Amino acid sequence: MQKTDVKIKLEGSTMVAYLSGEIDHHCAASLRSFLDVKIQTGHPKLLILDFANISFMDSSGIGLVMGRYKLMKCIGGTLKIKNPSNQIRKVMTLAGFDKLSIVEKMKPIKRRRSEYIGKK
Amino acid sequence: MVKNEMKLQLPSRSCNESFARIAISSFFAQLDPTVDEIADIKTAVSEAVTNSIVHGYENSIGNIYIHAKILDDNKIYIKIRDKGCGIEDVEKAKEPMYTTCKTGERSGLGFTVMQSFMDKLKVNSKKGKGTTVVLTKTLRKRL
Repeated sequence: MQKTDVKIKLEGSTMVAYLSGEIDHHCAASLRSFLDVKIQTGHPKLLILDFANISFMDSSGIGLVMGRYKLMKCIGGTLKIKNPSNQIRKVMTLAGFDKLSIVEKMKPIKRRRSEYIGKK
Repeated sequence: MVKNEMKLQLPSRSCNESFARIAISSFFAQLDPTVDEIADIKTAVSEAVTNSIVHGYENSIGNIYIHAKILDDNKIYIKIRDKGCGIEDVEKAKEPMYTTCKTGERSGLGFTVMQSFMDKLKVNSKKGKGTTVVLTKTLRKRL
């Protein structure tokens, strides 16, 4: 099983959260509390969620992003999403994230088939 | 005609969400699906199983029954059933952004995702008896 993990990098008032693994209902709660602590202690103006190493996300991830989006708004900051895969982008579009313009426009990342089959 | 099939029964523990979607998508790997098709199946299965865990068996652990079939012409069939609390108003539950969850951060997009990532979604539910979700999709024929 590919463990879900976050690495935080704070540069000035920008916080980048490098997410890795998979985001589902099972791991969303721990991810949420971890990010909230980091946001509340770091008080960033801009929070970037980097999805480059997230291989799977279902609608639980939408709840997670929406919650952090609201929290960032509350503290007067903004949230951006970077490097989502095709599949994640599709889920985000269903949630209307394209209208919120928080997803960075980038070429979709090509993933190898083995990353989808057989791994967690 | 059923060409191949598998059955899976798991307790409604959230740690089984990933196992369920991997098991089902691995079963369909014999059809040589595209990366996008596999991602669609994984996501739809994850949504249905999560619904059974979060809503069906809200504060208890019960069994989730999954039946996956490969039919003629590259058509796949996935039935996900629970014997949980059931859904009072299925049509309402299918509405995008509708959620009964007040405490967590549920987006209310589960059925919307299933509907858009698969060809067909059928939901049967009876209050107090449980919910059955049937997902079907025809995979692209590979040469």
